[in-house]
Amino acid sequence: MLRDMMANFELYQPTAIDHALNLMNRYGDGGWVLAGGQDSFDWFKDRAKKPGAVIDINGIDDLHGIRETADGIEIGALTTLTEIETSALIKEKYGVLADAARHVASPQIRNVGTIGGNVCQDTRCWYYRYGLDCYRAGGNTCYADTPEGIDREHCLFGADRCIAVSPSDTAPALVALDARMVVVNGDGEKEVQAEDFFIGPDVDIMRMTILQPGDLLKSIVIPNTWAGARFYFEKVAERNTWDFALVNIAAAMKVDNNAIADIRMACGGVACVPLRLTVVEEVVKGSPQNGASADLAASAASRGATPLNYNGFKIPLMESLVKRAIRES
Amino acid sequence: MNTNFSREVVLSDDEAMGRAGMSRRDFIKGIIATGASISAMGYVFGGCAGDMSSAPGAVERLISLNVNGRVRRVDVLPQETLAMTLRYKLGLTGTKLGCDRGECGACTVLVDDVAMYSCSTLTHRVRGRSVVTVEGLEGEDGDLHPVQRAFIEELGPQCGFCTPGQVMSAVALLNINPSPTREEARVAMSGTLCRCGAYDNYLNSVMRAAKEAS
Ligand SMILES: Cc1cc2nc3c(=O)[nH]c(=O)nc-3n(C[C@H](O)[C@H](O)[C@H](O)COP(=O)(O)OP(=O)(O)OC[C@H]3O[C@@H](n4cnc5c(N)ncnc54)[C@H](O)[C@@H]3O)c2cc1C
Ligand code: SF4
Ligand code: FES
Ligand code: FES
Repeated sequence: MLRDMMANFELYQPTAIDHALNLMNRYGDGGWVLAGGQDSFDWFKDRAKKPGAVIDINGIDDLHGIRETADGIEIGALTTLTEIETSALIKEKYGVLADAARHVASPQIRNVGTIGGNVCQDTRCWYYRYGLDCYRAGGNTCYADTPEGIDREHCLFGADRCIAVSPSDTAPALVALDARMVVVNGDGEKEVQAEDFFIGPDVDIMRMTILQPGDLLKSIVIPNTWAGARFYFEKVAERNTWDFALVNIAAAMKVDNNAIADIRMACGGVACVPLRLTVVEEVVKGSPQNGASADLAASAASRGATPLNYNGFKIPLMESLVKRAIRES
Repeated sequence: MNTNFSREVVLSDDEAMGRAGMSRRDFIKGIIATGASISAMGYVFGGCAGDMSSAPGAVERLISLNVNGRVRRVDVLPQETLAMTLRYKLGLTGTKLGCDRGECGACTVLVDDVAMYSCSTLTHRVRGRSVVTVEGLEGEDGDLHPVQRAFIEELGPQCGFCTPGQVMSAVALLNINPSPTREEARVAMSGTLCRCGAYDNYLNSVMRAAKEAS
Protein backbone atom coordinates (compact mmCIF):
# COMPACT_ATOMS: atom_id res chain seq x y z
CA MET A 1 0.00 0.00 0.00
CA LEU A 2 1.16 3.49 -0.83
CA ARG A 3 1.32 5.17 2.54
CA ASP A 4 2.72 8.63 1.93
CA MET A 5 0.98 10.35 -0.91
CA MET A 6 -2.61 11.22 -0.14
CA ALA A 7 -5.31 9.91 -2.44
CA ASN A 8 -6.83 12.45 -4.75
CA PHE A 9 -9.63 14.70 -3.51
CA GLU A 10 -11.35 17.88 -4.59
CA LEU A 11 -10.11 20.82 -2.52
CA TYR A 12 -12.36 23.75 -1.69
CA GLN A 13 -11.30 26.89 0.11
CA PRO A 14 -14.46 28.81 0.99
CA THR A 15 -14.14 32.24 2.60
CA ALA A 16 -17.59 32.45 4.21
CA ILE A 17 -19.39 30.17 6.65
CA ASP A 18 -22.43 29.86 4.35
CA HIS A 19 -20.30 28.78 1.46
CA ALA A 20 -18.63 26.13 3.62
CA LEU A 21 -22.01 24.86 4.89
CA ASN A 22 -23.29 24.56 1.32
CA LEU A 23 -20.28 22.49 0.33
CA MET A 24 -20.62 20.33 3.44
CA ASN A 25 -24.26 19.73 2.60
CA ARG A 26 -23.50 18.92 -0.97
CA TYR A 27 -20.90 16.30 -0.08
CA GLY A 28 -22.44 14.95 3.15
CA ASP A 29 -20.52 11.87 4.27
CA GLY A 30 -18.02 12.29 1.46
CA GLY A 31 -16.93 15.75 2.63
CA TRP A 32 -14.21 16.47 5.17
CA VAL A 33 -13.73 19.73 7.06
CA LEU A 34 -10.07 20.69 7.17
CA ALA A 35 -8.86 23.15 9.80
CA GLY A 36 -5.13 22.89 10.57
CA GLY A 37 -5.04 19.40 9.07
CA GLN A 38 -2.65 18.08 11.72
CA ASP A 39 -4.96 15.18 12.56
CA SER A 40 -6.51 14.84 9.09
CA PHE A 41 -3.38 14.28 7.01
CA ASP A 42 -2.44 11.09 8.88
CA TRP A 43 -5.82 9.63 7.96
CA PHE A 44 -5.44 10.64 4.34
CA LYS A 45 -1.84 9.45 4.00
CA ASP A 46 -2.65 6.11 5.57
CA ARG A 47 -5.63 5.90 3.22
CA ALA A 48 -7.76 5.00 6.21
CA LYS A 49 -10.18 7.81 5.28
CA LYS A 50 -10.72 8.83 1.69
CA PRO A 51 -12.99 11.85 1.43
CA GLY A 52 -14.09 12.89 -2.03
CA ALA A 53 -13.97 16.56 -1.12
CA VAL A 54 -11.90 18.42 1.43
CA ILE A 55 -13.34 21.72 2.59
CA ASP A 56 -10.47 23.83 3.90
CA ILE A 57 -12.13 26.37 6.19
CA ASN A 58 -9.00 28.31 7.05
CA GLY A 59 -9.90 31.22 4.78
CA ILE A 60 -13.05 32.02 6.79
CA ASP A 61 -12.11 35.10 8.82
CA ASP A 62 -15.16 34.85 11.09
CA LEU A 63 -13.82 31.62 12.56
CA HIS A 64 -10.52 33.12 13.73
CA GLY A 65 -9.58 34.96 16.88
CA ILE A 66 -10.37 35.47 20.54
CA ARG A 67 -13.01 38.03 21.57
CA GLU A 68 -13.99 39.30 24.99
CA THR A 69 -17.76 39.24 25.51
CA ALA A 70 -20.03 40.52 28.28
CA ASP A 71 -20.20 37.03 29.73
CA GLY A 72 -16.62 35.83 29.21
CA ILE A 73 -14.73 35.09 26.03
CA GLU A 74 -15.43 33.55 22.65
CA ILE A 75 -12.70 31.64 20.84
CA GLY A 76 -13.09 31.11 17.09
CA ALA A 77 -12.74 27.45 16.13
CA LEU A 78 -9.75 28.24 13.90
CA THR A 79 -7.73 29.93 16.63
CA THR A 80 -4.42 28.11 16.72
CA LEU A 81 -3.13 26.40 19.83
CA THR A 82 -0.12 28.76 19.79
CA GLU A 83 -2.50 31.74 19.81
CA ILE A 84 -4.30 30.25 22.80
CA GLU A 85 -1.09 29.42 24.62
CA THR A 86 0.20 32.97 24.21
CA SER A 87 -3.01 34.99 24.53
CA ALA A 88 -2.67 37.48 27.40
CA LEU A 89 -6.43 37.33 27.97
CA ILE A 90 -6.56 33.55 28.24
CA LYS A 91 -3.44 33.38 30.40
CA GLU A 92 -4.89 35.95 32.76
CA LYS A 93 -8.44 34.61 33.10
CA TYR A 94 -8.37 30.95 32.06
CA GLY A 95 -4.78 29.87 32.61
CA VAL A 96 -5.73 26.20 32.62
CA LEU A 97 -6.63 26.39 28.92
CA ALA A 98 -3.37 28.13 27.97
CA ASP A 99 -1.54 25.46 29.93
CA ALA A 100 -3.40 22.63 28.23
CA ALA A 101 -2.76 24.11 24.77
CA ARG A 102 0.95 24.40 25.58
CA HIS A 103 1.09 20.66 26.23
CA VAL A 104 -0.22 19.62 22.81
CA ALA A 105 2.11 17.90 20.32
CA SER A 106 5.01 20.17 19.27
CA PRO A 107 5.52 23.90 18.61
CA GLN A 108 5.12 23.45 14.85
CA ILE A 109 1.87 21.51 15.29
CA ARG A 110 0.56 24.11 17.74
CA ASN A 111 1.39 26.85 15.21
CA VAL A 112 -1.01 25.27 12.74
CA GLY A 113 -3.35 23.03 14.76
CA THR A 114 -6.56 24.71 15.84
CA ILE A 115 -8.62 24.49 19.02
CA GLY A 116 -11.59 23.32 16.91
CA GLY A 117 -9.52 20.53 15.37
CA ASN A 118 -8.14 19.66 18.77
CA VAL A 119 -11.56 18.99 20.27
CA CYS A 120 -12.94 17.34 17.09
CA GLN A 121 -9.94 15.06 16.47
CA ASP A 122 -10.50 11.33 16.29
CA THR A 123 -9.15 8.79 18.74
CA ARG A 124 -5.58 7.48 18.56
CA CYS A 125 -6.37 3.76 18.91
CA TRP A 126 -3.74 2.37 16.56
CA TYR A 127 -5.83 -0.52 15.32
CA TYR A 128 -8.43 1.93 14.16
CA ARG A 129 -5.91 4.44 12.81
CA TYR A 130 -4.19 1.70 10.89
CA GLY A 131 -7.41 1.36 8.94
CA LEU A 132 -8.72 -1.91 10.40
CA ASP A 133 -12.46 -2.48 10.15
CA CYS A 134 -13.17 -2.39 13.88
CA TYR A 135 -16.48 -1.34 15.48
CA ARG A 136 -15.52 2.32 15.30
CA ALA A 137 -14.82 1.96 11.59
CA GLY A 138 -18.18 0.31 11.01
CA GLY A 139 -17.07 -3.32 11.45
CA ASN A 140 -18.06 -5.82 14.10
CA THR A 141 -15.03 -6.47 16.26
CA CYS A 142 -12.60 -4.63 18.50
CA TYR A 143 -8.95 -5.46 17.88
CA ALA A 144 -7.73 -3.79 21.06
CA ASP A 145 -10.03 -5.61 23.46
CA THR A 146 -8.73 -9.14 22.85
CA PRO A 147 -6.33 -11.24 24.94
CA GLU A 148 -3.46 -10.28 22.59
CA GLY A 149 -4.59 -6.70 22.00
CA ILE A 150 -2.25 -3.99 23.21
CA ASP A 151 -4.64 -1.90 25.27
CA ARG A 152 -2.10 0.02 27.32
CA GLU A 153 -3.40 3.39 26.10
CA HIS A 154 -7.07 2.44 26.30
CA CYS A 155 -9.89 3.26 28.72
CA LEU A 156 -10.73 2.67 32.37
CA PHE A 157 -14.32 3.89 32.17
CA GLY A 158 -17.25 3.70 29.80
CA ALA A 159 -16.16 0.75 27.63
CA ASP A 160 -18.90 -0.33 25.28
CA ARG A 161 -17.50 -2.59 22.54
CA CYS A 162 -14.97 0.19 21.83
CA ILE A 163 -12.35 0.96 24.50
CA ALA A 164 -10.68 3.95 22.85
CA VAL A 165 -9.98 7.17 24.75
CA SER A 166 -10.33 10.89 24.17
CA PRO A 167 -6.90 12.14 22.98
CA SER A 168 -7.35 15.88 23.38
CA ASP A 169 -5.39 17.95 25.88
CA THR A 170 -7.65 20.97 25.66
CA ALA A 171 -10.94 19.06 26.07
CA PRO A 172 -10.58 18.43 29.85
CA ALA A 173 -9.69 22.10 30.35
CA LEU A 174 -12.80 23.19 28.45
CA VAL A 175 -14.98 20.85 30.50
CA ALA A 176 -13.42 22.18 33.71
CA LEU A 177 -14.15 25.74 32.56
CA ASP A 178 -17.79 24.87 31.79
CA ALA A 179 -17.31 25.98 28.18
CA ARG A 180 -20.01 25.86 25.51
CA MET A 181 -19.53 24.79 21.91
CA VAL A 182 -21.25 26.86 19.24
CA VAL A 183 -22.29 24.61 16.35
CA VAL A 184 -23.72 25.84 13.03
CA ASN A 185 -25.35 23.95 10.20
CA GLY A 186 -27.82 24.67 7.41
CA ASP A 187 -30.64 24.98 9.97
CA GLY A 188 -28.96 27.59 12.15
CA GLU A 189 -26.84 27.82 15.25
CA LYS A 190 -26.94 26.09 18.63
CA GLU A 191 -24.87 25.96 21.80
CA VAL A 192 -23.91 22.74 23.54
CA GLN A 193 -22.19 22.29 26.90
CA ALA A 194 -18.63 21.00 26.40
CA GLU A 195 -19.53 18.09 28.63
CA ASP A 196 -22.34 17.05 26.27
CA PHE A 197 -20.36 17.76 23.10
CA PHE A 198 -18.19 14.69 23.58
CA ILE A 199 -19.92 11.32 23.28
CA GLY A 200 -18.98 7.75 24.12
CA PRO A 201 -19.50 4.54 22.17
CA ASP A 202 -22.76 3.93 24.02
CA VAL A 203 -24.19 6.97 22.23
CA ASP A 204 -22.50 6.51 18.86
CA ILE A 205 -19.56 4.21 18.33
CA MET A 206 -18.46 5.92 15.12
CA ARG A 207 -18.18 9.49 16.40
CA MET A 208 -16.32 11.17 19.26
CA THR A 209 -18.52 14.29 19.31
CA ILE A 210 -22.12 15.17 18.58
CA LEU A 211 -21.11 16.71 15.25
CA GLN A 212 -22.87 15.13 12.26
CA PRO A 213 -21.95 15.61 8.62
CA GLY A 214 -23.01 19.16 7.82
CA ASP A 215 -22.20 20.51 11.31
CA LEU A 216 -19.46 23.06 11.75
CA LEU A 217 -17.97 24.01 15.09
CA LYS A 218 -17.97 27.79 14.95
CA SER A 219 -16.55 28.86 18.27
CA ILE A 220 -16.08 27.98 21.91
CA VAL A 221 -17.59 30.22 24.56
CA ILE A 222 -16.08 30.31 28.03
CA PRO A 223 -18.30 31.95 30.66
CA ASN A 224 -16.98 34.24 33.38
CA THR A 225 -17.88 31.66 36.06
CA TRP A 226 -14.30 30.46 36.53
CA ALA A 227 -12.37 33.50 35.31
CA GLY A 228 -9.33 34.02 37.50
CA ALA A 229 -10.03 30.92 39.63
CA ARG A 230 -7.28 28.62 40.83
CA PHE A 231 -6.33 26.14 38.16
CA TYR A 232 -4.39 22.96 37.68
CA PHE A 233 -3.36 21.14 34.51
CA GLU A 234 -1.06 18.19 34.22
CA LYS A 235 -0.35 15.77 31.42
CA VAL A 236 1.61 12.56 31.77
CA ALA A 237 2.98 11.19 28.51
CA GLU A 238 5.89 9.03 27.43
CA ARG A 239 7.74 12.03 25.97
CA ASN A 240 7.16 15.73 26.48
CA THR A 241 6.87 16.42 22.76
CA TRP A 242 4.53 14.76 20.24
CA ASP A 243 3.14 12.19 22.63
CA PHE A 244 -0.49 12.01 23.58
CA ALA A 245 -1.51 11.96 27.22
CA LEU A 246 -1.61 8.63 29.02
CA VAL A 247 -3.68 10.58 31.49
CA ASN A 248 -4.19 14.33 31.80
CA ILE A 249 -6.17 16.38 34.29
CA ALA A 250 -7.67 19.86 34.41
CA ALA A 251 -9.22 21.51 37.44
CA ALA A 252 -10.77 24.86 38.33
CA MET A 253 -11.21 25.65 42.00
CA LYS A 254 -12.50 28.45 44.17
CA VAL A 255 -11.11 28.56 47.67
CA ASP A 256 -12.61 30.47 50.55
CA ASN A 257 -10.85 30.50 53.93
CA ASN A 258 -8.79 27.48 52.88
CA ALA A 259 -11.99 25.54 52.18
CA ILE A 260 -12.82 24.39 48.67
CA ALA A 261 -15.88 26.50 47.90
CA ASP A 262 -16.42 25.20 44.39
CA ILE A 263 -14.59 22.94 41.97
CA ARG A 264 -14.82 21.41 38.49
CA MET A 265 -12.45 18.72 37.35
CA ALA A 266 -12.07 16.60 34.21
CA CYS A 267 -9.71 13.84 33.25
CA GLY A 268 -8.53 12.82 29.75
CA GLY A 269 -7.10 9.53 28.53
CA VAL A 270 -9.30 7.37 30.77
CA ALA A 271 -12.59 7.30 28.85
CA CYS A 272 -13.85 7.97 25.36
CA VAL A 273 -14.85 11.44 26.54
CA PRO A 274 -13.03 13.92 28.75
CA LEU A 275 -14.41 12.52 31.98
CA ARG A 276 -15.91 15.02 34.38
CA LEU A 277 -15.15 13.87 37.94
CA THR A 278 -18.43 14.87 39.55
CA VAL A 279 -18.02 12.46 42.46
CA VAL A 280 -14.66 14.01 43.32
CA GLU A 281 -16.18 17.46 43.11
CA GLU A 282 -18.96 16.48 45.54
CA VAL A 283 -16.56 14.76 47.92
CA VAL A 284 -14.22 17.73 48.34
CA LYS A 285 -16.65 20.65 48.15
CA GLY A 286 -16.63 22.39 51.52
CA SER A 287 -13.54 20.48 52.69
CA PRO A 288 -10.22 22.11 53.46
CA GLN A 289 -7.70 22.21 50.61
CA ASN A 290 -5.26 19.75 52.15
CA GLY A 291 -3.71 16.30 51.85
CA ALA A 292 -6.58 14.50 53.57
CA SER A 293 -9.11 15.91 51.09
CA ALA A 294 -6.76 15.02 48.27
CA ASP A 295 -6.58 11.40 49.46
CA LEU A 296 -10.36 11.15 49.68
CA ALA A 297 -10.67 12.69 46.24
CA ALA A 298 -8.21 10.21 44.75
CA SER A 299 -10.07 7.14 45.93
CA ALA A 300 -13.36 8.64 44.78
CA ALA A 301 -11.87 9.34 41.36
CA SER A 302 -10.93 5.77 40.51
CA ARG A 303 -14.08 4.19 41.92
CA GLY A 304 -15.64 2.08 39.20
CA ALA A 305 -12.50 1.98 37.04
CA THR A 306 -12.23 -1.27 35.07
CA PRO A 307 -8.65 -1.93 34.03
CA LEU A 308 -7.86 -3.88 30.85
CA ASN A 309 -4.88 -6.22 30.34
CA TYR A 310 -2.17 -3.58 30.13
CA ASN A 311 -3.57 -0.31 31.40
CA GLY A 312 -3.86 -0.95 35.15
CA PHE A 313 -1.12 1.62 35.72
CA LYS A 314 -3.59 4.33 34.74
CA ILE A 315 -5.48 3.89 38.02
CA PRO A 316 -2.70 5.04 40.40
CA LEU A 317 -1.67 7.57 37.76
CA MET A 318 -5.13 9.09 37.67
CA GLU A 319 -5.29 9.06 41.47
CA SER A 320 -1.97 10.88 41.74
CA LEU A 321 -3.05 13.54 39.29
CA VAL A 322 -6.31 14.08 41.18
CA LYS A 323 -4.41 14.40 44.46
CA ARG A 324 -2.03 16.94 43.03
CA ALA A 325 -4.86 18.88 41.42
CA ILE A 326 -6.60 19.17 44.79
CA ARG A 327 -3.46 20.11 46.70
CA GLU A 328 -1.85 22.39 44.13
CA SER A 329 -4.68 24.21 42.31
CA MET B 1 -1.39 14.43 -14.82
CA ASN B 2 0.92 14.74 -17.78
CA THR B 3 1.45 11.20 -18.98
CA ASN B 4 4.33 12.31 -21.11
CA PHE B 5 6.61 10.48 -18.70
CA SER B 6 9.90 10.51 -20.49
CA ARG B 7 11.23 6.98 -20.88
CA GLU B 8 14.59 8.38 -21.95
CA VAL B 9 15.00 10.05 -18.60
CA VAL B 10 14.19 6.90 -16.70
CA LEU B 11 16.36 4.64 -18.83
CA SER B 12 19.29 6.99 -18.71
CA ASP B 13 19.25 6.96 -14.91
CA ASP B 14 22.25 5.61 -13.01
CA GLU B 15 24.24 4.47 -16.01
CA ALA B 16 24.07 7.78 -17.77
CA MET B 17 24.66 9.66 -14.58
CA GLY B 18 27.74 7.63 -13.91
CA ARG B 19 29.10 8.22 -17.40
CA ALA B 20 28.52 11.94 -17.15
CA GLY B 21 30.20 12.00 -13.74
CA MET B 22 27.00 13.30 -12.13
CA SER B 23 25.66 12.52 -8.74
CA ARG B 24 22.07 11.40 -8.41
CA ARG B 25 21.35 14.66 -6.66
CA ASP B 26 22.74 16.77 -9.53
CA PHE B 27 20.80 14.65 -11.94
CA ILE B 28 17.52 15.21 -10.18
CA LYS B 29 18.23 18.91 -9.84
CA GLY B 30 19.10 18.98 -13.53
CA ILE B 31 15.84 17.54 -14.72
CA ILE B 32 13.92 19.83 -12.43
CA ALA B 33 15.76 22.87 -13.72
CA THR B 34 15.21 21.96 -17.35
CA GLY B 35 11.48 21.92 -16.89
CA ALA B 36 11.22 18.14 -17.05
CA SER B 37 9.86 18.15 -13.55
CA ILE B 38 6.67 16.49 -14.71
CA SER B 39 8.77 13.40 -15.23
CA ALA B 40 9.93 13.56 -11.67
CA MET B 41 6.31 13.92 -10.66
CA GLY B 42 5.41 10.84 -12.63
CA TYR B 43 7.94 9.04 -10.51
CA VAL B 44 6.78 10.40 -7.19
CA PHE B 45 3.05 10.52 -7.61
CA GLY B 46 2.88 7.73 -10.20
CA GLY B 47 -0.62 6.74 -11.05
CA CYS B 48 -2.51 8.30 -8.19
CA ALA B 49 -3.52 11.57 -9.74
CA GLY B 50 -6.77 10.13 -11.03
CA ASP B 51 -9.36 12.25 -12.76
CA MET B 52 -8.31 15.81 -12.30
CA SER B 53 -11.32 17.52 -13.83
CA SER B 54 -12.29 20.10 -11.24
CA ALA B 55 -15.76 20.85 -9.98
CA PRO B 56 -16.76 24.53 -9.87
CA GLY B 57 -15.33 26.35 -6.87
CA ALA B 58 -12.46 23.94 -6.41
CA VAL B 59 -8.92 25.27 -6.31
CA GLU B 60 -7.01 26.02 -9.52
CA ARG B 61 -4.02 23.79 -10.06
CA LEU B 62 -1.69 26.33 -11.61
CA ILE B 63 -0.72 28.69 -8.81
CA SER B 64 1.97 31.22 -7.91
CA LEU B 65 4.07 30.55 -4.87
CA ASN B 66 6.38 32.97 -3.15
CA VAL B 67 9.34 30.87 -2.08
CA ASN B 68 12.52 32.44 -0.75
CA GLY B 69 11.47 35.81 -2.13
CA ARG B 70 10.88 34.55 -5.68
CA VAL B 71 7.45 34.09 -7.19
CA ARG B 72 7.24 30.84 -9.10
CA ARG B 73 4.40 29.29 -11.10
CA VAL B 74 3.75 25.68 -10.17
CA ASP B 75 1.20 23.03 -11.08
CA VAL B 76 0.00 21.74 -7.72
CA LEU B 77 -2.33 18.82 -7.03
CA PRO B 78 -5.12 19.48 -4.51
CA GLN B 79 -3.70 16.93 -2.08
CA GLU B 80 -0.06 17.90 -2.52
CA THR B 81 1.95 18.80 0.55
CA LEU B 82 4.34 21.73 0.62
CA ALA B 83 7.25 19.35 1.23
CA MET B 84 6.44 17.53 -2.01
CA THR B 85 6.18 20.77 -3.98
CA LEU B 86 9.40 22.17 -2.58
CA ARG B 87 11.46 19.04 -3.05
CA TYR B 88 10.09 17.52 -6.22
CA LYS B 89 8.76 20.46 -8.19
CA LEU B 90 10.94 23.36 -7.14
CA GLY B 91 14.11 21.35 -6.58
CA LEU B 92 14.54 22.73 -3.05
CA THR B 93 15.83 19.52 -1.51
CA GLY B 94 17.28 21.29 1.55
CA THR B 95 13.91 20.65 3.18
CA LYS B 96 14.02 17.03 4.32
CA LEU B 97 11.29 14.46 4.65
CA GLY B 98 11.84 12.27 7.70
CA CYS B 99 8.53 10.81 8.77
CA ASP B 100 5.96 12.60 6.57
CA ARG B 101 3.65 12.41 9.61
CA GLY B 102 4.34 15.55 11.65
CA GLU B 103 6.51 13.60 14.07
CA CYS B 104 10.10 14.63 13.36
CA GLY B 105 10.45 18.24 12.17
CA ALA B 106 12.98 17.56 9.39
CA CYS B 107 10.59 19.29 6.98
CA THR B 108 10.23 22.51 9.03
CA VAL B 109 9.92 25.68 6.94
CA LEU B 110 8.72 29.21 7.67
CA VAL B 111 5.41 30.44 6.30
CA ASP B 112 4.97 34.16 7.00
CA ASP B 113 7.73 33.72 9.60
CA VAL B 114 5.92 30.92 11.45
CA ALA B 115 7.57 27.50 11.70
CA MET B 116 5.47 24.64 10.39
CA TYR B 117 5.88 21.12 9.10
CA SER B 118 5.83 21.26 5.31
CA CYS B 119 4.88 17.55 5.20
CA SER B 120 1.71 18.50 7.04
CA THR B 121 0.75 21.62 5.10
CA LEU B 122 -1.13 21.63 1.82
CA THR B 123 0.68 23.68 -0.79
CA HIS B 124 -2.63 25.30 -1.69
CA ARG B 125 -2.74 26.66 1.85
CA VAL B 126 0.32 28.84 1.32
CA ARG B 127 -0.80 30.68 -1.82
CA GLY B 128 -0.18 34.37 -1.35
CA ARG B 129 2.04 33.76 1.66
CA SER B 130 5.79 33.91 1.95
CA VAL B 131 7.60 30.59 2.28
CA VAL B 132 11.20 30.45 3.44
CA THR B 133 13.26 27.28 3.29
CA VAL B 134 16.83 26.69 4.40
CA GLU B 135 17.97 27.67 0.88
CA GLY B 136 16.46 31.11 1.40
CA LEU B 137 18.44 32.06 4.49
CA GLU B 138 21.73 33.10 2.94
CA GLY B 139 22.37 36.77 2.37
CA GLU B 140 22.43 38.37 -1.09
CA ASP B 141 26.19 38.07 -1.15
CA GLY B 142 25.89 34.34 -0.50
CA ASP B 143 26.95 34.64 3.14
CA LEU B 144 25.42 32.16 5.52
CA HIS B 145 22.71 33.32 7.89
CA PRO B 146 24.04 34.11 11.40
CA VAL B 147 22.14 31.08 12.74
CA GLN B 148 23.83 28.83 10.18
CA ARG B 149 27.24 30.27 11.11
CA ALA B 150 26.56 29.65 14.79
CA PHE B 151 25.55 26.08 14.00
CA ILE B 152 28.91 25.53 12.31
CA GLU B 153 30.91 27.22 15.04
CA GLU B 154 29.27 25.16 17.78
CA LEU B 155 29.51 21.92 15.75
CA GLY B 156 25.72 21.69 16.04
CA PRO B 157 24.99 18.89 13.57
CA GLN B 158 26.23 15.36 13.72
CA CYS B 159 24.94 13.49 10.65
CA GLY B 160 23.14 16.63 9.49
CA PHE B 161 19.85 15.16 8.36
CA CYS B 162 17.78 17.08 10.89
CA THR B 163 19.88 20.24 10.53
CA PRO B 164 17.70 22.19 8.06
CA GLY B 165 14.73 21.69 10.38
CA GLN B 166 16.80 22.70 13.41
CA VAL B 167 18.04 25.82 11.62
CA MET B 168 14.53 26.83 10.59
CA SER B 169 13.20 26.28 14.13
CA ALA B 170 16.01 28.43 15.51
CA VAL B 171 15.41 31.20 12.98
CA ALA B 172 11.69 31.19 13.83
CA LEU B 173 12.47 31.46 17.52
CA LEU B 174 14.98 34.30 17.19
CA ASN B 175 12.59 36.24 14.97
CA ILE B 176 10.09 36.54 17.80
CA ASN B 177 12.42 36.21 20.77
CA PRO B 178 15.92 37.50 19.94
CA SER B 179 17.37 36.70 23.36
CA PRO B 180 15.75 33.52 24.63
CA THR B 181 16.71 31.73 27.81
CA ARG B 182 18.16 28.28 27.28
CA GLU B 183 14.86 26.83 28.52
CA GLU B 184 12.85 28.90 26.04
CA ALA B 185 15.17 27.75 23.27
CA ARG B 186 14.78 24.15 24.39
CA VAL B 187 10.99 24.39 24.12
CA ALA B 188 11.15 26.18 20.76
CA MET B 189 13.49 23.51 19.36
CA SER B 190 11.51 20.61 20.81
CA GLY B 191 9.50 20.02 17.63
CA THR B 192 12.54 18.86 15.69
CA LEU B 193 13.82 15.39 16.41
CA CYS B 194 17.51 14.55 16.19
CA ARG B 195 18.27 10.87 15.78
CA CYS B 196 21.91 11.57 16.60
CA GLY B 197 20.88 13.21 19.86
CA ALA B 198 22.89 16.34 19.16
CA TYR B 199 20.39 18.43 21.10
CA ASP B 200 22.91 20.07 23.40
CA ASN B 201 25.10 21.14 20.51
CA TYR B 202 22.06 22.60 18.78
CA LEU B 203 21.08 24.47 21.93
CA ASN B 204 24.61 25.84 22.23
CA SER B 205 24.30 26.97 18.62
CA VAL B 206 21.02 28.77 19.21
CA MET B 207 22.36 30.50 22.29
CA ARG B 208 25.48 31.58 20.39
CA ALA B 209 23.41 32.91 17.48
CA ALA B 210 21.30 34.90 19.94
CA LYS B 211 24.38 36.28 21.70
CA GLU B 212 26.14 37.24 18.50
CA ALA B 213 23.09 39.08 17.20
CA SER B 214 22.74 41.17 20.35
C1 LIG C 1 2.58 13.91 15.90
C2 LIG C 1 1.29 14.44 16.49
C3 LIG C 1 1.20 14.63 17.85
C4 LIG C 1 0.03 15.11 18.42
N1 LIG C 1 0.00 15.29 19.77
C5 LIG C 1 -1.13 15.76 20.34
C6 LIG C 1 -1.19 15.96 21.76
O1 LIG C 1 -0.21 15.72 22.47
N2 LIG C 1 -2.35 16.40 22.30
C7 LIG C 1 -3.44 16.67 21.54
O2 LIG C 1 -4.45 17.09 22.09
N3 LIG C 1 -3.42 16.49 20.21
C8 LIG C 1 -2.29 16.06 19.59
N4 LIG C 1 -2.26 15.88 18.23
C9 LIG C 1 -3.53 15.96 17.48
C10 LIG C 1 -3.89 17.16 16.63
O3 LIG C 1 -3.17 17.21 15.46
C11 LIG C 1 -3.81 18.50 17.22
O4 LIG C 1 -4.32 18.41 18.49
C12 LIG C 1 -4.51 19.65 16.46
O5 LIG C 1 -5.05 20.55 17.39
C13 LIG C 1 -5.59 19.28 15.54
O6 LIG C 1 -6.12 20.48 14.99
P1 LIG C 1 -6.21 20.73 13.42
O7 LIG C 1 -6.87 22.04 13.26
O8 LIG C 1 -4.90 20.57 12.78
O9 LIG C 1 -7.17 19.52 13.03
P2 LIG C 1 -7.70 18.99 11.64
O10 LIG C 1 -6.87 17.84 11.22
O11 LIG C 1 -7.89 20.08 10.66
O12 LIG C 1 -9.14 18.48 12.09
C14 LIG C 1 -9.29 17.38 12.97
C15 LIG C 1 -10.72 16.85 12.87
O13 LIG C 1 -11.64 17.80 13.33
C16 LIG C 1 -12.56 18.17 12.32
N5 LIG C 1 -12.73 19.61 12.44
C17 LIG C 1 -11.74 20.53 12.59
N6 LIG C 1 -12.25 21.75 12.75
C18 LIG C 1 -13.59 21.62 12.71
C19 LIG C 1 -14.67 22.55 12.81
N7 LIG C 1 -14.47 23.86 13.02
N8 LIG C 1 -15.94 22.08 12.71
C20 LIG C 1 -16.16 20.74 12.50
N9 LIG C 1 -15.17 19.83 12.41
C21 LIG C 1 -13.91 20.26 12.51
C22 LIG C 1 -11.93 17.72 11.03
O14 LIG C 1 -12.91 17.41 10.08
C23 LIG C 1 -11.15 16.52 11.46
O15 LIG C 1 -11.96 15.41 11.50
C24 LIG C 1 -1.08 15.41 17.60
C25 LIG C 1 -0.99 15.22 16.23
C26 LIG C 1 0.18 14.75 15.66
C27 LIG C 1 0.25 14.55 14.18
S1 SF4 D 1 -10.78 0.31 20.81
FE1 SF4 D 1 -12.39 1.17 19.49
S2 SF4 D 1 -11.18 2.15 17.89
FE2 SF4 D 1 -9.78 0.65 18.85
S3 SF4 D 1 -10.01 -1.28 17.74
FE3 SF4 D 1 -11.49 -1.33 19.41
S4 SF4 D 1 -13.38 -0.56 18.47
FE4 SF4 D 1 -11.71 0.09 17.12
S1 FES E 1 8.79 14.96 7.70
FE1 FES E 1 7.46 16.48 8.41
S2 FES E 1 7.55 16.24 10.54
FE2 FES E 1 8.71 14.52 9.83
S1 FES F 1 22.36 15.43 13.46
FE1 FES F 1 21.80 13.42 12.84
S2 FES F 1 19.63 13.50 13.09
FE2 FES F 1 20.27 15.30 14.02
